[in-house]
Amino acid sequence: MSFRIVVLAKQVPDTRNVGKDAMKEDGTVNRAALPAIFNPEDLNALEMALEIKDRLEDVIVSVITMGPSRAAEIIRDSIYRGADNGIVVSDRKVAGSDTLATSYTISQAIKKLGNVDLVLCGRQAIDGDTAQVGPQVAEKLNMPQITYAEEVVAVNETAIQIKRRLERGIEVVESKFPCLITVHGSANPCRFPHAKRVMKYKYAISASEAAEIGIDTAKLWQQKPYLKIEEWNAADIQAEDSRLGLTGSPTKVKKIENVVLTAKESVKLSASDEDLDGLIKELITAHIIG
Amino acid sequence: MANNFFTDNESLKFHLHHDLMQEIIRLKEKDYADFGTFDYAPEDYTDAIDNYEKVLEIVGEITGEILAANAEEIDHEGPKVENNAVVYAAGTSRNHEALTNAGLYGMSLPRQYGGLNFSYVPYVMAAEIVARGDCAFANIWGLQDCAETIYEFGSDEIKNEYLSRINKGATCSMDLTEPDAGSDLQAVNLKATFDESNNCWRLNGVKRFITNGDADIKLVLARSEEGTTDARGLSYFVYDRKHQAVTIRRIENKLGIKGSPTAELVFNNAPAQIVGDRKLGLIKYVMTLMNGARLGVGAQSVGLAEAAYREAFKYAHEREQFGKTIKDFPQVYEMLVNMRAKIDAVRTLLYETARAVDMTKALDGMAKDRVLTSDERQTLKKYQRLADSLTPLVKLFASEYANQITYDTIQVYGGSGFMKDYPVERMYRDARILTIYEGTSQLQVVAAIRGVINGSYLARIKEYEVLELKTEYQSLRNVLIKMRERFEHAIEIVNGFGSTSESCDFNARRLVEMAGLLIMCNLLLIDANKNAIFTASAHIFIKFAQSQIEQAAFYIENFDPVILERYKSFL
Repeated sequence: MSFRIVVLAKQVPDTRNVGKDAMKEDGTVNRAALPAIFNPEDLNALEMALEIKDRLEDVIVSVITMGPSRAAEIIRDSIYRGADNGIVVSDRKVAGSDTLATSYTISQAIKKLGNVDLVLCGRQAIDGDTAQVGPQVAEKLNMPQITYAEEVVAVNETAIQIKRRLERGIEVVESKFPCLITVHGSANPCRFPHAKRVMKYKYAISASEAAEIGIDTAKLWQQKPYLKIEEWNAADIQAEDSRLGLTGSPTKVKKIENVVLTAKESVKLSASDEDLDGLIKELITAHIIG
Repeated sequence: MANNFFTDNESLKFHLHHDLMQEIIRLKEKDYADFGTFDYAPEDYTDAIDNYEKVLEIVGEITGEILAANAEEIDHEGPKVENNAVVYAAGTSRNHEALTNAGLYGMSLPRQYGGLNFSYVPYVMAAEIVARGDCAFANIWGLQDCAETIYEFGSDEIKNEYLSRINKGATCSMDLTEPDAGSDLQAVNLKATFDESNNCWRLNGVKRFITNGDADIKLVLARSEEGTTDARGLSYFVYDRKHQAVTIRRIENKLGIKGSPTAELVFNNAPAQIVGDRKLGLIKYVMTLMNGARLGVGAQSVGLAEAAYREAFKYAHEREQFGKTIKDFPQVYEMLVNMRAKIDAVRTLLYETARAVDMTKALDGMAKDRVLTSDERQTLKKYQRLADSLTPLVKLFASEYANQITYDTIQVYGGSGFMKDYPVERMYRDARILTIYEGTSQLQVVAAIRGVINGSYLARIKEYEVLELKTEYQSLRNVLIKMRERFEHAIEIVNGFGSTSESCDFNARRLVEMAGLLIMCNLLLIDANKNAIFTASAHIFIKFAQSQIEQAAFYIENFDPVILERYKSFL
């Protein structure tokens, strides 16, 4: 039986290119003003999955994303880069999910897929920076988890050794499959889209995308089944409504503050070891580095 | 957003969508015959041109993100020889790997050999983009052109053996130059003898200045006919690196394109297969390959010029002196905008030529399957002539402009540009080879002067002149017609000296440059008529070209052959 890897991916607003209209009056992110991109660390996770696919026999890499219909864009992007297929979990009921509701939804989708040997996901998303969804999914699936993965040291059909990138060094750990791994941004960057895959899969489309632009895909999907991007709703993944979306999200935003960094003072240091030592200690104490 | 050297350049999209592309792609795809057989083959024109765009986007992204970022480190590190093998700089290997893994080698090869079956225009465009990221690396990537020669002239056995390796990242080299055979390739001396017992050819001798000399697949020009001394004794061979029968004597320490290894090689009884027919090595195959390589240098030059111009543009907008950014000083913005106009002018010539080559290749390809109709043969002839006559102009102008532009870029930077802290000094050094290799500028003039004398450039210029223009461009058209008349007058004068006279040779460059300037002006005007992004460049370049043509015309009109004796009195 094939070795099955699931990569969790999220389409996020590109917060690295924040302009003046990035935030709305009410302090929430103005998603419309920011381009939607593949969450950077999820790309590292996809690369790790593809590296494992290169190293083992008969591996299937599936990408799961949750979001509106346009999230199919990152499924196509994943397939261009080497993923075998992808699923968009999309339902009005999942809108407004916090990490608890998200991890519930995602774990239900993974259960529906079944027989998953390895789940890979980015350490965190650049829009929320919580780093909670990966670990919560592992808990819900009752899988061991390795966080902050930087490199696959060794892998075979039954177990994987991972180098973890931690604050004060590295650590190599091993886990049996199935397990979940969250991948750090210092891992290998994702390979580029492959020319032939782009040409082959560029017409891949989900049902709701097809509905939005008003095309009939029946014939296309019959002739070329690989051009169908699966779409699952809450019922498909047998989710309980009470655990989805806003209803299923206990997290409430209490207050939002705009922080303007205004520090202007400068300190002049000599090139002596003493001064450098002092500066490094000061930066560590202030949690700027370390 | 990630750096993307395709999507950030409007001009490329404009040239990619030229009206002739519909016909070019239909011919190249043989009416879309591969659709259904290969899952990545296009169904129709819309599909195909969309494929081109999407694949060029990948080239643009890899170039913007990987190649450009590695260029400086590669320039410092350079390749080295270890255990008789060339080891690329680390960044060069990363570049090669990224492009291989994205399936970007063998772009124009047929799909049955793992290629993308792209027409020539997007291939040339990719070459331009790659060179903008790293001029040195553009050689390693561009040598995939050798596969074209194998495809066009090799036996099925050779094609099957070598071509499918290209898309998987096998590198190529074309081994022509020898210590005593540079511009004059008829003097090639490397010996090829047939080894009856092993049923293969054996190569013995020395090759020098071989770009990417330790490539996996080498195309070698050698003397197969004992006792001959001219071009008719030369044949073309393919050698596989796996035989380990070539010694790398050294790699050169160069002024520029340091990332591209230039090797001196000794062939020690190296086994090789013949490509095509005996004795046609230089006369037919190398000439074809050379035309491709010249256009390749054209693309490389435009890419480098674009890179330099963008650096100059950025710096001129940031640097302040006397209380304002330096771009606001007329002397600086003239330099800066002239760069842009020259790039727009020479780029439109590059793609005009690429389209002519495309039409030629596509019809040639069709002729392999069936007899062409007389209309098709006419078309083939027309584009073949056009391609042959425009290629030396592209090589000449693009490489000279790349040098002028990188020179001016350092000037815009001032003292900082002279320092190793900025990339522009590397670009300046990289540009220098462009007017030399694959035929010096002087040799391009020799190749192009025929087109002046036999009137083929004039005929082409007159074809451009009758294309309809919006009224706002009519006055520029009138200027161009006057300039063309000056050109015709100059030809008459030089013809009066005799077309084989020394006076003609002496003035050849002036005439060829007049022809090239006129063709670029006309093309740029037609572009401006279609898309306003070229309007300013058309005005600026035509003004610039006008003064250049006046200068050349003045020299020729006042030329007295006696001056040649004055020149020779110093020799």
